[in-house]
Amino acid sequence: MSKVAEIFESLEYGPAPEADNLANEWLEAHGRAFGHFIDGAWTDCEGESFDVANPATAQIIARVSQGTPEDVDRAVRAARAAQAGWWALGPHARARYLYAIARRIQKHARLFAVLETMDSGKPIRESRDLDIPLVARHFYHHAGWAQLMADEFPDAEPIGVVGQIIPWNFPLLMLAWKIAPALAMGNTVVLKPAEFTPLTAMLFAQLCDEVGLPAGVVNILTGDGLTGAALVAHPEVDKIAFTGSTDVGRIIREATAGSGKRLSLELGGKSPFLVFEDADLDSVVEGVVDAIWFNQGQVCCAGSRILVQEGVAEALERKLRARMETLRMGDPLDKAVDMGAIVAPVQLERIERLVAQGRTEGAEIWQPSWSAPREGWFYPPTLCTNVAPSGTLAQVEVFGPVVVMMTFRTPVEAVEMANDTRYGLASSVWSENINLALDVAPKIKAGTVWVNCTNLFDAAAGFGGYRESGYGREGGEEGLHEYMRPTWERQALPEEPSLPFTGSSTPAPGSTAATPAIDRTAKLYIGGKQARPDGDYSSPVYGHDGTVLGEVGRGNRKDIRNAVEAARKAQGDWSGRTAHNRAQVLYYLAENLQTRRIETIERLAAFSGDEKHATAEFDASVDRLFTYAAWADKWEGRVHHTPLRNVTLAMKEPMGVMGLVPPGAQPLLGLISCVAPAIAVGNAVVVLPSEQAPLIATDLYQVIDTSDVPSGIVNIVTGPHSEVLPTLAAHDDVDAVWYFGSAEGSRLVEASSVGNMKRTWVSYATARDWFDRHQGQGEEFLREATQVKNVWVPYGA
Amino acid sequence: MSASREVSPLSIRDGARNPGMPLELDWVRELRVNLSAVERRTGTLGTRRTVKKEWQAAWLLKAITLMDLTTLAGDDTEARVRRLCAKARQPVRRDLLQALGMPDGVVKVGAVCVYHQMVPAAVAALEGSGIPVAAVSTGFPHGLSPMDQRIAEIKASVAAGAHEIDIVVTRGHVLRGDWQALYDEVRAFREACGDAHIKTILATGELAMLRNVAKASLVCMMAGADFVKTSTGKESVNATLPVGLTMARTVRAYAERTGYAVGFKPAGGIRLAKEALLWLILMKEELGIGWMQPELFRFGASSLLGDIERQLEHHVTGRYSAQHRHPIA
Repeated sequence: MSKVAEIFESLEYGPAPEADNLANEWLEAHGRAFGHFIDGAWTDCEGESFDVANPATAQIIARVSQGTPEDVDRAVRAARAAQAGWWALGPHARARYLYAIARRIQKHARLFAVLETMDSGKPIRESRDLDIPLVARHFYHHAGWAQLMADEFPDAEPIGVVGQIIPWNFPLLMLAWKIAPALAMGNTVVLKPAEFTPLTAMLFAQLCDEVGLPAGVVNILTGDGLTGAALVAHPEVDKIAFTGSTDVGRIIREATAGSGKRLSLELGGKSPFLVFEDADLDSVVEGVVDAIWFNQGQVCCAGSRILVQEGVAEALERKLRARMETLRMGDPLDKAVDMGAIVAPVQLERIERLVAQGRTEGAEIWQPSWSAPREGWFYPPTLCTNVAPSGTLAQVEVFGPVVVMMTFRTPVEAVEMANDTRYGLASSVWSENINLALDVAPKIKAGTVWVNCTNLFDAAAGFGGYRESGYGREGGEEGLHEYMRPTWERQALPEEPSLPFTGSSTPAPGSTAATPAIDRTAKLYIGGKQARPDGDYSSPVYGHDGTVLGEVGRGNRKDIRNAVEAARKAQGDWSGRTAHNRAQVLYYLAENLQTRRIETIERLAAFSGDEKHATAEFDASVDRLFTYAAWADKWEGRVHHTPLRNVTLAMKEPMGVMGLVPPGAQPLLGLISCVAPAIAVGNAVVVLPSEQAPLIATDLYQVIDTSDVPSGIVNIVTGPHSEVLPTLAAHDDVDAVWYFGSAEGSRLVEASSVGNMKRTWVSYATARDWFDRHQGQGEEFLREATQVKNVWVPYGA
Repeated sequence: MSASREVSPLSIRDGARNPGMPLELDWVRELRVNLSAVERRTGTLGTRRTVKKEWQAAWLLKAITLMDLTTLAGDDTEARVRRLCAKARQPVRRDLLQALGMPDGVVKVGAVCVYHQMVPAAVAALEGSGIPVAAVSTGFPHGLSPMDQRIAEIKASVAAGAHEIDIVVTRGHVLRGDWQALYDEVRAFREACGDAHIKTILATGELAMLRNVAKASLVCMMAGADFVKTSTGKESVNATLPVGLTMARTVRAYAERTGYAVGFKPAGGIRLAKEALLWLILMKEELGIGWMQPELFRFGASSLLGDIERQLEHHVTGRYSAQHRHPIA
C-alpha cells in the first residue's frame, strides 16, 4: 500500500515543519555567539558567557555574554549620553524611528518568529500569528504616541534612562512592550532579556542598527540575575521596568526603595476563569485551551483556575478531557502543534514538583492518553480536580500547562473565589448573559477581564496587575504615564525638613485663667467616631510661639489596625455609589468647612504665625474640595480601539484602602489635597496628619461628621509618624500609600510595601507647591488614586 | 512528534440510522452559541492544523470521496448529467491515481446531486458504480410550494431511483421560533423518504444567527434527519466555517445524548482544495475521523473537483497544473 493510500485510511495530520534554515544562517553569520549591544556597537562575546538551548531538542544553538557590572555601567552611561539628544529630536523624528522599527519587524517577521520558537520552545503558530504581529503593532501604535506626545501631554517630559528586565515567556513581545513606550516618550533604555531567551533581542538590536537609531538610545545586555541586579542598582538609572516573578519583583522593590527610581512591575498571577451555567460550553473549552495551554501555560495571565458553576461542571470536565485528547504536542517548529516545549529543565522540574505536591494533597490529576515527546523538555496538558481553594495547585502559580477546576454555586460565590488570591493580573468570564458578565467584571480584582474570550492583547489596551501582580500598565494611554513625568519636577527644590513630632507623652501644663476653658480632647477618628487612642496617651501640641494649643491622641499600631479595618469595611459601599453622589459629599464638605472659615484660619495662624498665609491656605483648601467634587464624575475611563469586534472598556477603579501621609508644611491644604482626590474616586483612607499641626485635622472631625461622609471613609490617626507609619506602610490590607515627607520616610514606605506589593507614591523630600494648580492638584493625583481595569467585551449576534 | 491518538469521545451506534426522537423543546432552548468565540475558533483552525505533501494528497483524495458532485442549473440536460456521472465514476485521471499508489475503484465521488427531472438519467448513468443519486426536493431552493406537492415531489424522486433526498426547510418556522412546525414538517418529509436518506437544508444564510442554526439543526435531527446541510447554494451566503462549526457541535451534542450519528453537509461556495482541507480539519477536530466518511460527511460542490485535480497533479509532478489537463464533467 502506498503512503498516500495508507494516509487515505488513517487520515493522520503528518508533519508540517517550518523551515529553520534562514534562522540558522543568521545564527551562523554571527558565529553563534553574541556580545552586548552598547552605544550602537557590538561587544565581542569573550569573557564569561553562557549557552542558549533550543528547549525542543535540548541542543545548544548559541552563546551569549554574561553582562558584568562594568558592561552595565557602560550601557547606562551610553543611554544617559544619548537621552538628551533623543528627546531633542522631537515627536515627529521619534515617530519616524518607531515607525521604521515596526516596518522592519514586519519585513523580517518570519525570521523573528522562527528564531523565537527555536529559542523559547513555543509553537511556531504562536510566534508567527501572535507574538510577532503584536510586536509590530506595538511599535506602530507607539509611533503614533511619539507623534502625539507634545499635543497630548504638553506638561510632560521623559523620565530619562530606563532599565528594563524582561522574562522568557514572550521574549520579543515583552521587549516591545518595554521599549516602544519608553522610546516614544523620549527615554533611552538599557534592556536585559531573559537568560533563557536572548536571541530575538539580539536580532532586534541588529534591526535598531539598521534603521539608524542613534547610538545609545537602545542598549541590550545579556546576562543572568546578577546582570539584572547590577542594572537595578545603578545610580544613573531613573526607572526600572520589570516583568517576571513576584518574588523577584519584591527584591527589586526592596533594592530600589528610597532611591528615587520609578518602578513598574508586571508580576505573577493565578488568574480565575469563570464559567457560568449559561455559557456556550463548547466555546468555553476552546477558551480553556487558549487560557492555559497557550505557550504551554507559561503565561503570567494564564487562566489557571477554572471556576465553574456546579450545574455544568460535569459536562465541562467531560468536554475538556475529550479536547485534551486531540491537542497535539511536539516540535514547536511544526505548523500543526498546539503545544511546544517548556523553556528549561528548571521550569519543567518546578511543574513536576508542584503537580506531585498537588497529588499528595489529594488532587485528581488527569492527563490525556498520548505521551509527550521524550527528547527536549515537554510537559503534557494537565487538568486537576478535587482541589480545595487552600490547595497548593489552587494557590501557587505553576507557570505550566496545569489547570485546576473548582465549582461555585452563585455569582457572589464565584466572585469571592475569584478574588481569593494574592494576585490580580487577569480573569475571564463566560456567560451569554451580558447583565451577569458586566456585573461580575468590576467585582473581580484584576487588571484585565476578558468576557467570553481570553488572552487577547493589544497595544491600545493597558495590561497590568492588581495586588501582588504588580503595578503600572503596559499599552494604551494608561501605559504611557509610566514613561513620563511632569515638567515641573525637574525644577523642584528639596523640601524644607519638617519638624519632627515634638510632643511628649506628659500632660500639658494647666491653664492659669480664672474660669477654666471647657476641656476639648481631640481623639482619633476611626470608623466615623472619635476613638480614644488604644495606648491611652496624649501629647501636647504647640503653636508657633511655643504656647500649648491642645493635646492630641497618640496613636499606635492597634489604632492603625482599627482604622484600616474600618476603611476596608466602608470602601466597597462608597465606591459602589454613583460618582454624582460622591461629588455631592465633597461639595458638602466644602460648604461645611467654609462655615468654619474664621476659626480655621485662626488655628492655622496659631501654628504658622502668618495669618495672611493661613487665609490663603484656607481659601485654597475650599477651592480644592470643589476641584475634586468637580472631578468626581468626570474622571472617566476610555473605550480602547483594539482591532477586534469588541468594546475594550478601560475602567478607572479605586485602589481600595489608601494610607495617606500629607505634607507637614501646609497642614490643611496638604491634607485636603490628598484626601479629596482619593475619596472622590471611591477610596477609603487612613490619614496620618501633619505632626506639627495635628489639630487642623482633628478640627475637621465635626466637618466630616456633618457632611454625609460615610463612616470609615476618612479615618485619621494622630501621633508620631515614627510609631504609626511603619505599621500603615506594611499593612497587607492597605492597597496604596502616599507619602509626602522626608527621604527616610519615603524609603521606609517603599521598602515596607513588599508584603503585599502595595502601590506607593512618595515625594523623596522633593518640595511641591501645593498652591500651584499643576503641582498641587489634578490628573496626577487622580491617576495615583485609581488603577485601570480593561474589560474586553466582544460582541456579535 | 507524539502520536496524537484518535479518540472518539462518542459511543455511537455504528451505522444505525437516526430514528429521530420526540421534540424536546427544553433542549432546543438551552442551546447557546457565542459568535465571537466561534469565529475565533474557525479563524485559527487553518493556522493550528495543516496537512502537507503525501498527507495533503491523501486528504484531497478523501475529499473527492466525500463530494456530492452537483449540477443544479436551469439549463441542465440529460446529456450534461451523463457527463457529470462519468466524471463521478472517474473523478481523477487514472495515471495520477496510479502515481499516487491508489488502488482502482476507490476514488469516486460520494454522490451525484441533481434536480428531480434528471434523476432517471443519473441513475442510469451510474448503474453499477455504487454511487448514489441525490435529488434536491420540496420546492428547492425556496421550499415554499404547497406541502402536498412537496411531499409528492419527494415520493416521485424516490420512485425514480434517488437514494438521497435533499429537502429544504421553511425558514419562517425558524425565524419565528416555531420549532413544532419545523419538527412536523421535517418529520413528514422523513416519512415520505422511506428508505431514502434525508438531508435537511437549513439555508443558514437566511437564519440570521448561529443560535438559530444550532436550534434548527437540533430540531431537524430530532425529526429524523440523516444529514443536516447548510445551504442550497442559492442563498447569498452559503457554507461558512462558523456555521459549519456550530452545526458540527450540534451534531456532536445529539450523538452524545442519543447515540445516533447524524451526517453533516456544507454546501455552496466551496471551490478550492484549500477550503476543502479546512472543512476536513474542522470535522477531524470537532467530531473525529469517524465523521470523515461519506456516510457522515459530504461537500456539496460543483467546481471544487477541478481545483483538487490540479493540486493532485502538482503533487505528482512537482509542477503547477492547468485546468485543461483534466477532463471536464
